[in-house]
Amino acid sequence: MSILIDKSTKVVVQGITGRDGSFHAKAMKAYGTHVVAGVTPGKGGQSLDGIPVFETVREAVEQTGANASGIFVPPGFAPDAVREAIDAGIKLVVVVTEGVPALEMCAVHEEVRAKGARVVGPNSPGLISPGKCKLGIMPAEIHRPGPVGVVSRSGTLTYEMVDQLTKSGLGQTTCLGIGGDPVIGTTFMDALMMFKDDPETKGVVLLGEIGGTAEEEAAVYIKEKLGKPVVAFIAGQTAPPGRRMGHAGAIISGGSGTAAEKIKALETAGIRVARLPSEIGPLMKKALRI
Amino acid sequence: MNLHEYQAKEIFSKFGITVKGGELVRSPEEAAAAAERMGGMVVVKAQVHSGGRGKAGGIKLAKTPKEARAAAAAILGLDIRGHEVKKVFVTPAADIDHEYYLGIVLDRAKGLPLIMVSREGGVDIETVAKERPDQLKKFHFHPSVGLRSYDARWLAGGIESDPAGRKSIAAILTKLAKCYVDCDASLTEINPLVRLKDGSFLALDAKMTLDDSGLFKHPDLAELRDMDEEDKDEDRARRDGLSFIRLEGNIGCIVNGAGLAMATMDLVKHFGGEPANFLDIGGSSNPDKVVTALDIITKDPSVKVILFNIFGGITRCDDVAKGLAKALEIKPVALPIVIRLTGTNEAEAREFLKKVSGVEAQGTMEDAVRRAVELTNAGGGAQR
Repeated sequence: MSILIDKSTKVVVQGITGRDGSFHAKAMKAYGTHVVAGVTPGKGGQSLDGIPVFETVREAVEQTGANASGIFVPPGFAPDAVREAIDAGIKLVVVVTEGVPALEMCAVHEEVRAKGARVVGPNSPGLISPGKCKLGIMPAEIHRPGPVGVVSRSGTLTYEMVDQLTKSGLGQTTCLGIGGDPVIGTTFMDALMMFKDDPETKGVVLLGEIGGTAEEEAAVYIKEKLGKPVVAFIAGQTAPPGRRMGHAGAIISGGSGTAAEKIKALETAGIRVARLPSEIGPLMKKALRI
Repeated sequence: MNLHEYQAKEIFSKFGITVKGGELVRSPEEAAAAAERMGGMVVVKAQVHSGGRGKAGGIKLAKTPKEARAAAAAILGLDIRGHEVKKVFVTPAADIDHEYYLGIVLDRAKGLPLIMVSREGGVDIETVAKERPDQLKKFHFHPSVGLRSYDARWLAGGIESDPAGRKSIAAILTKLAKCYVDCDASLTEINPLVRLKDGSFLALDAKMTLDDSGLFKHPDLAELRDMDEEDKDEDRARRDGLSFIRLEGNIGCIVNGAGLAMATMDLVKHFGGEPANFLDIGGSSNPDKVVTALDIITKDPSVKVILFNIFGGITRCDDVAKGLAKALEIKPVALPIVIRLTGTNEAEAREFLKKVSGVEAQGTMEDAVRRAVELTNAGGGAQR
């Protein structure tokens, strides 16, 4: 198994004719993902690498049975792109777009919940279940199928850690980038609950960073409910307070949300925290007794 | 993006909130003149993007224009938590009967704006929250609905029992919530909101932070960015699509991705070095970004070694290598350069880099960082 996506996932790419949308639609298809449709208003009827392009998500769903969406549209259009997807009945929407106003996403997330759908992101690299499906922008070749679930607030840091895992012989069930924004659709906690219910996931790698309290909340859940070993890494120990470190969500404010606090909370809950990227693989192996 | 008190007050008043207005001045003479025009007592307040102005001596009461001149002279040039005061706001003193706190922040855990009110204003809200939590009333509102009038009245009732006062505070809360949503703010705060002896209410101080991601919707607000408060290089990096923050160390870091950039800084520190900056070249394959990044970093005289850490996904390693070569061609760099490239088009990049002199390639992030620290400790390169 895997979480959220598998071999049956049918993907529609919103913004498929754009620079990033077209590149990644092709890359996802090349990986074996069923990219069944694209949507770009004004370009319906065209096709890209054999993928039909539609005017609306509703038409794409009606004609192709798409059941997941990847959003690659500019920030100003992203909130409505999510609405369009969930209104067309899609239950999983991955928002790759960066720089979407946080308050607009507050409103969108509320509507998504009301529809019983799920958004990953915004500002997310997406997710991949190695060997099954890739719905995102990560370099596919570093991933291998295996027993570890990965959940992260960051993009390239995830690649680094997945690479470390793969090189130490640990493949992954699903790698999920929840996104670097302050208000996101799927949280650490959501991901952990899904990994808990996935029998193939034997251990979880949690990659956090400064800002907010999501890691602290995750620590409590891991200790009390998860029942699977977790290895964590927290980026931003040297980050100065009050500054936005690239991600809109990565900002230490009012003396809380520091890396030190998060590491303390995780370790207090009995979670192993790697100090170096190269420790991730060995620590996970130890935890899994491999 | 942070706004100054005087800017926040202008915005608040556009939303119908009564504020204590004043004049923005840049010299003691102008402060005296402003006080003269206002007549009576004035307050001279430092305009910097930092909290704790009062404690740092950045707010002074003046009874006469002469005192206002002296107050401005004392405040201008003051360093408040690393921010130099370049302008002050002169405002008439108020006849205060009581001080309240009103604030709205984005609660990321709930994914909704959180409105907080307290009967105790003029102090750190964090202190109130910690020591006297019963003094703080909180409420989440939905941005597409706004703050409903009955919720505003309920909140106001928690901090004021007099019906007329309660009504006034409720009205202010509703306007503050509208301002928060309409401007895509991440913080709006009135601390203190004051009740004057005549029973009227006004915002004595104002604080506002805007969501950087929302600025594209509000070109008028984006223009309020104060270049006095901005690091010129950080501003240039932002305009060129890079994310750059200056730090104290001497190893210049160029990384793709914010999380990896933070992890790289941490690793530098772990191996005994000091990062000179946070720099994320972002997720695009534009060689020009590398040119800008290198130019910004080599301008810092404390930088001794340059460290690249690139994990190519959407960013292609060969583009980074080409950008580096192009940058070195435009402006040669005498500093040692350690580069780690992994991922998309790695082989092409490595092949290409062989032709670029003075660049040392490393296989892993840890090797690259360790090497950069080693070179720094060995003295690094001579800066031009």
